[in-house]
Amino acid sequence: MTMKRVQPSIEAEHLSVAYANGVRAISDASFTLGPASICALVGPNGSGKSTLFKTLMGFLKPAQGGVRIAGLPVAEALKKGLVAYVPQSEEVDWTFPVLVEDVVMMGRYGRMGLLRIPSKDDRATVESALVRVGMGEFRCRQIGELSGGQKKRVFLARALAQESPVILLDEPFTGIDVKTENEIVALLRTLREEGALIFVSTHNLGSVPEFCDHVVLFNRTVLAFGPTETTFTREKLAETFGGVLRHVRLGGTELHDDDDARRVTVLTDDERPLVFYGRKGDERTVSSAAPREGGSA
Amino acid sequence: MIDLLLEPFGYQYMVRAIWVGALVGTVCAFLSCYLILKGWSLMGDALSHSVVPGVAIAYLSGLPYALGAFTSGLIAALGIAAVRRITALREDAIIGIVFTTLFAIGLLIASIKPMAVNLQSIIMGNILAIPDEDITQVVVIAIVALSTLAFRWRDLMLAFFDEAQARAVGLDPWRLRVLFFVLLSACTVAALQTVGAILVIALVVTPGATAYLLTDRFGVMIGIAMVIGAFSSAFGAYASYFLDGATGGLIVLTQTAIFLLAYVFAPKHGVLAARRAARMPKSEPA
Repeated sequence: MTMKRVQPSIEAEHLSVAYANGVRAISDASFTLGPASICALVGPNGSGKSTLFKTLMGFLKPAQGGVRIAGLPVAEALKKGLVAYVPQSEEVDWTFPVLVEDVVMMGRYGRMGLLRIPSKDDRATVESALVRVGMGEFRCRQIGELSGGQKKRVFLARALAQESPVILLDEPFTGIDVKTENEIVALLRTLREEGALIFVSTHNLGSVPEFCDHVVLFNRTVLAFGPTETTFTREKLAETFGGVLRHVRLGGTELHDDDDARRVTVLTDDERPLVFYGRKGDERTVSSAAPREGGSA
Repeated sequence: MIDLLLEPFGYQYMVRAIWVGALVGTVCAFLSCYLILKGWSLMGDALSHSVVPGVAIAYLSGLPYALGAFTSGLIAALGIAAVRRITALREDAIIGIVFTTLFAIGLLIASIKPMAVNLQSIIMGNILAIPDEDITQVVVIAIVALSTLAFRWRDLMLAFFDEAQARAVGLDPWRLRVLFFVLLSACTVAALQTVGAILVIALVVTPGATAYLLTDRFGVMIGIAMVIGAFSSAFGAYASYFLDGATGGLIVLTQTAIFLLAYVFAPKHGVLAARRAARMPKSEPA
């Protein structure tokens, strides 16, 4: 599968977005993402993450400032099919009479003629996208008959079939098992190698350092953005989440028999905790703290 | 016996009622597939009642009644959509407010300025007695709507199923929604004369609901619904010759009968299939 030869990027400049009832959801947010990389959007519930995605998908118009995708205004980027979107499970009507292959074919509509009749090429792309996410044998199932992880794969396959250089995933890891999560992460890595810019909103703080190159810390505005190593720190996360994270710190006699000054900090708002270890001011993330496949969370 | 069964076909007005009914039934059935999936079944009811003031005003000012009906139907549909957009009220409450208001305006106009035309004919409908110029209106509306749907049904499906994806492939879901409401308003107007304002809702709900029980593919669902819509309207009109009864009632009852058959016997989603599945505990979903 080849990506369109477009240099992917997302640039938000002094972006402010308000709801129809006038409540301001995002104010003065600026960040730049791209080219090919995996970027996490991290922030507490109600911080405007979904609003930001809705703005990127053209549902909401900025009150001030703006967004450009691959250098184009949002509407134009969408017209050109440059943005693929993997929705949250709650946004999908699972009783709708469509089969798995019908859903994946929806990724191809932008490339079809007025009547949306699939070509041989479209069918082949759908087929290979389904095989790639391991859903080949489920192509004739009605979508509501699938498990949570399978549903997620189908919509990921649709994004693959669309062959867009920018892919947005809204909370892709909620309600799925660790095995599926690892497979999705592996797939995202391959997509990055193929030149895609992947923007993932997530609650799983523990997995962010494992697979994300960049992080946008978000709470109604951008609090920090940049490479994961320098941005995804205990201080900045505490600032982003305020008091809403579960916060466990072990140090001193709780952790050591000697006078070792290193300490452990566990931050979590979900099943998968984020663990820091080290001397104050020099704490690093400990990715091995993440539960492995088959392990209990 | 055969002669008796063929008798209705000897009368031009019967033949006309049968094929016009089938045409209207077909296009309404097409739209019903979208309506029932969106949970907008009441929208058909709302539109059919909302056209009454338009009809009243059109008669008072000497305009074609279809134009008035279409305009006020469209005002209702877009009004509902607009209120929905900015308030947190649920759709059913908004529909209830908008359509009763318009219906009340219609009744008020009709009572203040009694007209030669009987509003009763709009509310009850009678396909056997449609004047020629109205037939032309109905046929034109149905054919334009059917050809538009033939071109855009997949886009509409995508916009109704997943607005975000519709945007991601460059479609404008809001514009498609307006297109759908325009078609729905137009077809409601056409259907008014066959079954009347009260029973119109059956035409834009029952065929889709029946087809939904019979398939898991949207394209197939549309096909089944259209066959049901065409058959039930044609059969209802035909049977009304013998029973000397209201055509609208017969059309709707035919649709209900087909729905009940599907409800019991549908191979996957029917009552009997559900019982079979319950007896086989091994077939668990993946």
